[in-house]
Amino acid sequence: MAKILLEMKSITKTFPGVKALDNVNLQVEEGEIHALVGENGAGKSTLMNVLSGIYPYGSYEGQIFYNGEECHFTNTKDSERKGIVIIHQELALVPYMTIGENMFLGNEQGNPLKINWHDTYGKGDEYLRIVGLSESSRTLIKDIGVGKQQLVEIAKALAKNARLLILDEPTSSLNENESKHLLDLLLKFKEEGLTSIIISHKLNEVSYVADKITVVRDGSTIETLVKGVDDFSEARIIKGMVGRDLSDRFPARESNIGDVCFEVRDWNVYHPLYSERKVVNNVNFYLRRGEVLGISGLNGAGRTELAMSIFGKSYGDKISGTLIKDGKVIKLNTTKDAIKNKIAYVTEDRKGNGLILTNPIKTNTTLSNLKGVSTSGIIDRDKEFSVAVDYKEKLKTKCPTVEQYVGNLSGGNQQKVLLAKWMFADPDILILDEPTRGIDVGAKYEIYCIINQLVEEGKSVIMISSELPELLGMSDRIYVMSEGRFVGELDGEEATQEKIMSLIVNDNTKGE
Amino acid sequence: MNNSKVLDFVKKYTMVFVLIAVVAYFYVKTGGGILLPSNISNLISQNAYVFVLATGMLLCILTGGNIDLSAGSVVCFVGAVGATLMQSKGMPAWEAVIAMFVVGTLIGATQAFWIAYVRIPPFIVTLAGMLIFRGLSNVVLDGLTVTIADQTGFVNVFGGGADCYIKDFFGNPGGINVTCILAGILAIVIFVGINVRGRMVRQKKNYEVENFAPWATKLIIISAVIAAFAVRLAQYKGIPNVLLIVVGVIVIYSYITSNTTTGRYFYAVGGNEKATKLSGINTNKVYFLAYTNMGFLAALAGMITIARMTSAQPTYGQNYEMDAIASCFIGGASAYGGIGTVPSVIIGALLMGVINLGMFSMGVDQNMQKVVKGLVLLAAVIFDVVSKRGGKFIAKS
Repeated sequence: MAKILLEMKSITKTFPGVKALDNVNLQVEEGEIHALVGENGAGKSTLMNVLSGIYPYGSYEGQIFYNGEECHFTNTKDSERKGIVIIHQELALVPYMTIGENMFLGNEQGNPLKINWHDTYGKGDEYLRIVGLSESSRTLIKDIGVGKQQLVEIAKALAKNARLLILDEPTSSLNENESKHLLDLLLKFKEEGLTSIIISHKLNEVSYVADKITVVRDGSTIETLVKGVDDFSEARIIKGMVGRDLSDRFPARESNIGDVCFEVRDWNVYHPLYSERKVVNNVNFYLRRGEVLGISGLNGAGRTELAMSIFGKSYGDKISGTLIKDGKVIKLNTTKDAIKNKIAYVTEDRKGNGLILTNPIKTNTTLSNLKGVSTSGIIDRDKEFSVAVDYKEKLKTKCPTVEQYVGNLSGGNQQKVLLAKWMFADPDILILDEPTRGIDVGAKYEIYCIINQLVEEGKSVIMISSELPELLGMSDRIYVMSEGRFVGELDGEEATQEKIMSLIVNDNTKGE
Repeated sequence: MNNSKVLDFVKKYTMVFVLIAVVAYFYVKTGGGILLPSNISNLISQNAYVFVLATGMLLCILTGGNIDLSAGSVVCFVGAVGATLMQSKGMPAWEAVIAMFVVGTLIGATQAFWIAYVRIPPFIVTLAGMLIFRGLSNVVLDGLTVTIADQTGFVNVFGGGADCYIKDFFGNPGGINVTCILAGILAIVIFVGINVRGRMVRQKKNYEVENFAPWATKLIIISAVIAAFAVRLAQYKGIPNVLLIVVGVIVIYSYITSNTTTGRYFYAVGGNEKATKLSGINTNKVYFLAYTNMGFLAALAGMITIARMTSAQPTYGQNYEMDAIASCFIGGASAYGGIGTVPSVIIGALLMGVINLGMFSMGVDQNMQKVVKGLVLLAAVIFDVVSKRGGKFIAKS
């Protein structure tokens, strides 16, 4: 048995209200490629952030042994000094700097008073050749594609003398050829003795490249599969990933589904910056009155982009397609149009895109429908107050008063304020994007009850969620989205986690 | 009140306490001189332009910590245009006033267009404006001083000349301006009336109301301040005309920012522009309004300035924008936008005014005055930033 390079013992990491990691153990041998798989939010990235010192020593419980000694990393510099380098899913390159400058950012060649440009670009070129790029290291990052940028990230990691390379979803934005090249590169590095941990949703890639697969679920490590010993098939891995029971976590509702009230036809959206990238690819779907429609898919499948592009073109470029509401073609060019046509979008990013944290609950509640509490531009502050109190009571928001600043509320209560804001806008159709992200089980149940209440009132809900049990428990119908396209439609009754996962996985495998 | 409530209370009224402390300090140091009737009156006349500009600047800052560097130059330019129209072209004063408002608002709207719709950073647009309108003031005035000969009418209304006070309709018995006292009483009656009525309405509708004791204490203290103020002014020459303008601006803009949908949008944009956009609000329009309005108020400040000086000069208005910006930040406006109220910004401006006046009365060197003002500004913003970070002094790297 080879030497154990890394051992993480009983790691527990708690965020306010949520236990992200619960007693996790992980062993990585020197010179292997170790894959971490699991659903969104299972805790894979959190685990890697603990390892690399992004969550510093002391903010978690448990021990990390690396190369035989216990490590107390307080930041990423500490772990990098030991040769642990993490490459995040979102690329961290500065677009208007050259490849060479990016490669040695924070690790500049020469001395603080004089950067050695010969070394920067000389070594830069060398590392580029190692990862199979023929570009000059003097090229600006913005001038090369995403696939090559990913390779630059790897070259950057190598330049830091990486011994243990951690890749978080390295192929999520790459096409087939680029992905293949990257994976083969990892295999080549493995021959040369480099150890890697790869986090990926693409199970075919995982079984291709990995020596061991550790399955993470709900913040715990479930099992570790070893190549040549265990079954490495996708079905086997999926079973590990989703293997849990659907208990009574979802309130029942009286389904009262009416006619089709909203239709999206031939919907196409391009990325606002990379204009050749199609983010939503020819999507067609319909929604019926009183229906909860689930949209499933992995991170980056294009679900949020689809929702936001429908909601008054608030995302994307070159949007084309037809929207039909109650039998009439509607044009939604601004969010104002969308609200007027009684469509609401409840964002997944409640802090960034949803709420004004420096304002009280009261003003957040009325922001998208100030007309409802004002006459000719003058706000009736008493009415506003009572509206906010009404919703506070209706949604059981826990707060001392509605004058409380939203920034001081817990995630679950913030989510309720966000829901209240859009319920007060009185929409027919609510698009809920990850409505229960980052909130505890109790608050989740209450949000499900609110959703049930909404559809019982005859409104329609589109629910985007990465939590499969939630989608299965709540939806009347589910569309599965992968890489910008709808790859399947399932009835709420017949859908299972395995069916959804295999639809996604099969789609990812296509064309290889 | 428990501990955290006391802390909240202190935090909310920090600058009021600081203002009281500073007044007390200067009161002792100047042997009571700072509260002499003439000084109180001067405090208003000298700082009228700051109150007006700070109010406008607050709207810009609310949108996201954006400032308007051109305000001082626009004040000068509008004043130059107005003085030239009245003096050289013989235009009647009221027409010139309209012309000045139009010019100021147009300048504001032009800068606002670049900022709001083309999204050129406000710092750059207004820096350009600062240079352009300083230069154009020189061109309009030909580098000279234009003196406004008629020291009645326009000059008096906007707070300049010898007779810029509201005359006492009761003949000023015993050197006391009775009109001023009555106005003070009226102000207190209106103020208390509005508050009592609001409280009653809320009680009737069963809404939550403030506890009676702190609410009443607040009313009594503010009423007492108004009363003391009125008495002091009555002992001097009465109500300065310009005070009416300043009070008008404060009341109108307090109302706009706290009670109208438009006012709400300023806070929303500064608090979270993306969320505001997604709430169906045209954020471009909000920026446009903020900077157009700044031009409008700069025009008003321009009138106040040339009236007080009874002339226009190419150097007027220098650093006025800095006074306005400093007042906003001292008054607790957030450097990141979204937070700040008109009354607290006025407190900030008053604090600056009192420090100026106090140091002047003590005979502190002009240059040291600047140093002190700079330190006060820095301290105020450090306080704001650190307290928002939950008391952590050093930011996380």
